[in-house]
Amino acid sequence: MMNREPEQYSSGEVLAPPTERYTVLGWLKKNLFSTWYYTLLTLVTLYILYIVLKPTLIWVFTQAQWQVVVVNLRLFMVGQYPTDQIFRIWVALHLLAFTAGLAWAIWLPRARRIGAFLLFIPLALAALPFISGFSRINWIIFAVAALIGWGLGTWKPKAMRRPLLVLLLAYFPILILLILGIEPILKIVKTNLWGGLLLTMLLAVVGITVSFPLGILLALGRRSELPIVKLFSILYIEIIRGVPLVTVLFMAQLMLPLFLPPQIKIDNVLRAMAGIILFSAAYMAENVRGGLQAIPKGQSEAAWALGLSGFQTTFFIILPQALRNVIPVLVNQFISLFKDTSLVAIVGLLDLLGIASTVLAQPEFIGKQREVYLFIALIYWVFSYAMSYASRRLEVALGVGER
Amino acid sequence: MSKRVFYFLGVLLVLGVLLAACGGGQASSGGPEAVKTVIVTVEAPSSGGSNTAAGYGTTLKTVKDRGYLICGVNAQLPGFGYVDDQGNYKGFDVDYCHAVAAAIFGDPSKVEFRPLTAKERFTALQTGEIDVLIRNTTWTLTRDTDLGTNFAATTFYDGQGILVRKDSGITKLEDLNGAKICVATGTTTELNLADQMAARGIDYTPVVFETADQVFGAYEEGRCDAVTTDKSGLVSRRVTLKNPDDHIILDATLSKEPLGPVVRQGDDQWYDIINWVVFATFTGEEMGINSKNVDDVKAKTDDPNVKKLLGLEGEMGQKLGLGDDWAYNVIKYVGNYAEIYERNLGPGTPFNLPRGLNSSWKDGGLLYAPPIR
Repeated sequence: MMNREPEQYSSGEVLAPPTERYTVLGWLKKNLFSTWYYTLLTLVTLYILYIVLKPTLIWVFTQAQWQVVVVNLRLFMVGQYPTDQIFRIWVALHLLAFTAGLAWAIWLPRARRIGAFLLFIPLALAALPFISGFSRINWIIFAVAALIGWGLGTWKPKAMRRPLLVLLLAYFPILILLILGIEPILKIVKTNLWGGLLLTMLLAVVGITVSFPLGILLALGRRSELPIVKLFSILYIEIIRGVPLVTVLFMAQLMLPLFLPPQIKIDNVLRAMAGIILFSAAYMAENVRGGLQAIPKGQSEAAWALGLSGFQTTFFIILPQALRNVIPVLVNQFISLFKDTSLVAIVGLLDLLGIASTVLAQPEFIGKQREVYLFIALIYWVFSYAMSYASRRLEVALGVGER
Repeated sequence: MSKRVFYFLGVLLVLGVLLAACGGGQASSGGPEAVKTVIVTVEAPSSGGSNTAAGYGTTLKTVKDRGYLICGVNAQLPGFGYVDDQGNYKGFDVDYCHAVAAAIFGDPSKVEFRPLTAKERFTALQTGEIDVLIRNTTWTLTRDTDLGTNFAATTFYDGQGILVRKDSGITKLEDLNGAKICVATGTTTELNLADQMAARGIDYTPVVFETADQVFGAYEEGRCDAVTTDKSGLVSRRVTLKNPDDHIILDATLSKEPLGPVVRQGDDQWYDIINWVVFATFTGEEMGINSKNVDDVKAKTDDPNVKKLLGLEGEMGQKLGLGDDWAYNVIKYVGNYAEIYERNLGPGTPFNLPRGLNSSWKDGGLLYAPPIR
């Protein structure tokens, strides 16, 4: 979390050192054509780019038939989620936008780019030609919600700090309640209707949120001096790490029901989630342990000397430093988990990839593999890149890599 | 470490578990009266036996208590099972799920589809996650015996076929002497091809690939003279070629692939129901009764056989544990075999698959239903 006070300078402004500035030609000369071999490399690269990109772009803009994506857009986004209940997903998104706006104003008042993301991306999406009027209105509401959050945060940054934390903690349960529903207020939408990007995101978000604390516990457990806790942690981590995720998912889908008594049936989306969480926790634990190893012993000794308890030492001295050190690794793990969720397609769930294959079986769109797979690749890339970008900003904000 | 650490860790763990629980909460179809949001569905203990064996009559009771049928399908097979742009399941196999639901409930929509991959389909059936598996599953002796399953009447006779270019002049298997044939590796298709060609003494060069996409890509590039897979697959793939009309499917069939619904062993009543739902669609076609004229026929008919089919006499449905209008509902809401076939695979679709073996016995096909009487 980025809840660090923006640094206040009491004394006069410190001027940054002057930066180098170039004209376009100057920049080109310095970076691309400074010597004859650079020039040659640049030209060769440009030529390769030209021969690769030209047919690709021609295909994308003139030959590809994007009708398959336009017609099935809803399927790609939310799978078979009932049309009359889709507003619930929008409410969850608006709440997210509001929270993000609030967080932006309170924690990063100077980060203009996040503001641009929050406002212009939804507005740009609202301007897309082929989306429904309902989605268009909702993207505008999304932008407005972000703006309201930002306004509130700017207006009363101190007073809004606590509500923001509450919102962040409560968001996840609210999200699940909204999407699953709760009788008699919201109609229950069974998990077999969850699909597309919605299912992919849920699997990823649940996987990340739950496996993260689990991984920290396992990492602490592995370094614990209690033999049973330590043995259990080591066994768990090493067994899970020795098995591919596909195997874990197959175990969850195929073996688990065979072991359970015939009357008890566990929802198969839940089984996939559990598989992903258990798998990811083991990797998370090793990442966190790496961070823990990097903390010099002097830190905990100093904490003990100050009279802090074991709990306080671990959670206020060691862990914050350790986690800060492993942000890039953790984000790496998150991104890989996000993409790994596509493996649930082979156990029969219709996530983004699963929906893609079922769309390809529609009689009117047989043989549109290129369009469909390119489209979902783009979606995966956008989300993975957004995560990577956010982690870079987080590292800058926390000063990782500057020491 | 102090005790508090453990309290804290305990709380964290419980939180984690709770979150996980919330995350996947599965809902039974809750009526307005009950909140039945549970992760774990506990169904009334209907069978006392093991996972695989279902007792007589228990499946129908479970389905009726639940209020809907759970049908295992393929969500990714053109013509047989897919999700349309409105989010509804469509296809030949899917229609048979609707037919079973119509027979039981008089409402074809009372069915929940469970998309299954080839690997998990039998486990899902054995563990009772699904009531019936209608997912282009070939009936073989091994599957019928080892897996604790029963195969109901075949709904689609598939077989391995060969696709060639029209201008190649190839019209029968013997013409393939010396030809290069594209085939997916590691499949029964590859073995069937080898067996059949060896039996006929035809010399050919197999060109093997990992996936069907690669196989057909290579064929289109002209790297082989012919390509082989199941005929239904050839038909759906031919549509994707640049000029579908330049390619023909040879008449020769290299293997038998009878596809049909599968149920658990042990519940003969349920097995009978699935069988007779399929037979009802055959009989409907034999008698010329379809979804459009069924009401007319029911009102006017004097034919005792038709009357038995439509539930006007003989109480046929009760013998199956269903209402007497079971077959009427199947034909009324889903259609007879010809209608189901035309809707999903016929001339109005991109596949335009000839009926061939899948014609009624009266037209020289293999569809032959025992009499309903």
